Amino acid sequence: MSIADYKGVWVFAEQRDGELQKIALELLGEGSRIATKLGMELTAVLLSGDKTDDLVKELVAYGADKVIVAESPLLTHFSTDGYAKVICELANERKPSIIFVGATYLGRDLGPRISARLTTGLVADCTSLDIDPENSNLMMTRPAFGGNLMATIVCGDHRPQMATVRPGVFEKLEKDVNRTCPVEKVTVNLTAADIRTNTTEVIKVAQVLADIADANIIVSGGRGVGAKENFAVLETLAELLGGVVGGSRAAVEAGWVDKSLQVGQTGKTVRPNVYIACGISGQIQHLAGMSESDYIIAINKDASAPIMQVANLAIAGDYAKILPEMIAKITEIQAK
Amino acid sequence: MNIVVCLKQVPDTNEVKIDAKTGTLIREGVPSIINPDDKNALEEALRLKDTDGAHVTVVSMGPPQAEKALRESLAMGADEAILVSDRAFAGADTLATSNALVAAIKKLDYDVIFAGRQAIDGDTAQVGPEIAELLNIPQITYVEKVDIIPGGLKIQKAWEDGYENIEVKTPVLLTAIKELNEPRYMNIKNIYEMYANKEVKVWSADDIGANKELLGLKGSPTKVKKSMTKEAKGQAELVELPPKEAAQFVVSKLKENHFI
Repeated sequence: MSIADYKGVWVFAEQRDGELQKIALELLGEGSRIATKLGMELTAVLLSGDKTDDLVKELVAYGADKVIVAESPLLTHFSTDGYAKVICELANERKPSIIFVGATYLGRDLGPRISARLTTGLVADCTSLDIDPENSNLMMTRPAFGGNLMATIVCGDHRPQMATVRPGVFEKLEKDVNRTCPVEKVTVNLTAADIRTNTTEVIKVAQVLADIADANIIVSGGRGVGAKENFAVLETLAELLGGVVGGSRAAVEAGWVDKSLQVGQTGKTVRPNVYIACGISGQIQHLAGMSESDYIIAINKDASAPIMQVANLAIAGDYAKILPEMIAKITEIQAK
Repeated sequence: MNIVVCLKQVPDTNEVKIDAKTGTLIREGVPSIINPDDKNALEEALRLKDTDGAHVTVVSMGPPQAEKALRESLAMGADEAILVSDRAFAGADTLATSNALVAAIKKLDYDVIFAGRQAIDGDTAQVGPEIAELLNIPQITYVEKVDIIPGGLKIQKAWEDGYENIEVKTPVLLTAIKELNEPRYMNIKNIYEMYANKEVKVWSADDIGANKELLGLKGSPTKVKKSMTKEAKGQAELVELPPKEAAQFVVSKLKENHFI
């Protein structure tokens, strides 16, 4: 078996409770670009309990050239053992060149289990993917050292080449409901004894906090905000703009902002229309999570802070003085 | 119950700075710490030692100076500490790292293997699951609660939108997150014990009988092709105005771009 015999780009189509996760569609978007460059087929691999028809339609409309469906009651709920067995057996049989997995809680559990079983590499949290024109290897770029460096990594001598990507990093394609493609239901060779964990209870915690990755406007605070109570003015501005509050790692570690609202390499990757950074110096680990925002406004006392370099609009000043003035002005405009 | 804790010494990345001229990391003066998630893993093992008399062995792969992190774990209360250290491990990616740790772990008795979810200098979260796979034992990641039940463990695992309770028989590998516990400090009695009666054992590649083809750079499927500092946009429009004027300017820009 030589490396040239491995063909095709696979996307693991993550679903939870029968709901396709947006990462699956984003991976199809980027996977489609990579597959086209290689002249290969883009396959979505869906593992689920039953009633997969609607999910398959979504995968086709968002760019899959082929969908492989593994349906079994044992796959309704995620288990590392069950999912890894099904995917590894498929991969061993069909030999894809590339497998993309979401860097979600599920994907970060499953991905390394699969790559270790297939004795191949896995590159986590890629922020850009490309094909080396010389040898057609996948070039996987990710932040390293807490986002202080970007490293481009290859997996030249092993196949499949595997990468995980966080939600929000790539964009899905335009939905095209007229697309069609072959759909193959495979036999699932799985017994209850294959799954060594026993789920007794699944509890959903009501999402009181908005998912910042979905927000159009984010007002974010860092170490320079100084105290938990000082976030109130950020809250007011965010509410007024129809946005949400976020925080840097420093703000989260200080306990001023909930961990789920952390923006950056160790938090969420966001690309809102407007990102307003207050008292954030802009360590590269933070920039890695927000520099793709459409319009960045940085407010910082230090005009030379790194955040000022990535901003579209850099305001040298004190957020605590400027934000109340902004709130007054916007309230005035909205009242008209 | 025998517990093995996998632990990594990392530079405190909050302190890592980039040399703007050369684009390289400035490592001088950057303190080394026990990776935060690994410290939660160790704390949980020590908690099980306190409540159920578990025997706790800490294993780390790293350069000789990683001994300091192992000494700290002994001072926190671990029973044994092993540093897996050899030039043959240099340049290891996560799979080659896992191969080395697995070779060492195979020489130990274990019912539970704890690891941190991820290390702050790599953020891959891969070594835990890879070790579990190579040992062919089940894994549970993102662990936020551990209870002992007859024949195994009851685990609370975190999800993005809630949590899941899972029962599992040992042996099992668990990866810890911050929510699991609050790590203890070193204590005086343990610090004394560490110097009086304990040592950090150092195992080489030969000591663990590992296949050298699977170690270090040679055993790594992934290779770094190039690295660079992240480029800045550099298109900032710098505004220095009194607060009121600055606020008005920002709002006018938001309006101009139809954000309000």
